[in-house]
Amino acid sequence: MVVDQAEVDLLFHALADATRRDIVRRTMDGSFSVSTLARDYPMSFAAVQKHVAVLERAGLVTKERRGREHLVAGNPAALRAAHDVLDRLELVWRERIARMDDLLAADTHEGNRP
Amino acid sequence: MTVTNVIKDAENRTMTLTAEFDAPVSRVWQLYEDPRQLEQWWGPPTYPATVVDHDLSVGGAVRYFMTGPEGDKACGYWQVLAVDAPNRLEWENGFATDALEPDRSMPVMAMRVQLAARSGGGTVMTLVTTFASTENMDWCLQMGMEEGMSSAVGQIDALLS
Repeated sequence: MVVDQAEVDLLFHALADATRRDIVRRTMDGSFSVSTLARDYPMSFAAVQKHVAVLERAGLVTKERRGREHLVAGNPAALRAAHDVLDRLELVWRERIARMDDLLAADTHEGNRP
Repeated sequence: MTVTNVIKDAENRTMTLTAEFDAPVSRVWQLYEDPRQLEQWWGPPTYPATVVDHDLSVGGAVRYFMTGPEGDKACGYWQVLAVDAPNRLEWENGFATDALEPDRSMPVMAMRVQLAARSGGGTVMTLVTTFASTENMDWCLQMGMEEGMSSAVGQIDALLS
């Protein structure tokens, strides 16, 4: 398996919040200081800082000290891991649909439509 | 391949999948409505499902277990949230205890399937599945995905041999 379960837990927990998703979106395109990010949300600087910490633990963003500021940058690899989980879900359903197809095809072949 | 489209939105933890079948809507609906048919496609061949309870009315539940090659059992449930037969079903899909009671400490997914008549005959099935927001991916990884994965790998191996 590509993704460790504990990491997946952190990842999806981190992505479960709208503010955090918004921070991820913004920081994938470039770095922002926490104070710049905080200006755009109706919450305290400390609250935004907490959100950034959750994202950092999940590996979705990295934080780098630049002078007196912390710059937050998105980590595309972590977002990729979330995609991997969805890829596996897709595979599970593709197989289910192939089996559904087989069942439907059996109607025609055997004339045993229930 | 009948899967015509897949959209995966990692940020919103959602997969939307569209598939087409030649059979009419009423027939495709039976795959969900008839527990004996459901158990023929829900679990992979290595983990066949046995459906114990099956009530697709709102508030009703489907309870099932899947039996692995070592005799190991993985239990799951559906809790029906909305139903409009034969076109729409929404349910919560989660892990269950050995007594087949929902285990809310475990992962939960929200599922919605819609069946629509395809012009010229057949059915278009749209499936939307969303991982619940909490730290609960274990279920999918343990009982759904890894088995799905391993049987897919097995099939690829068979093709290559």
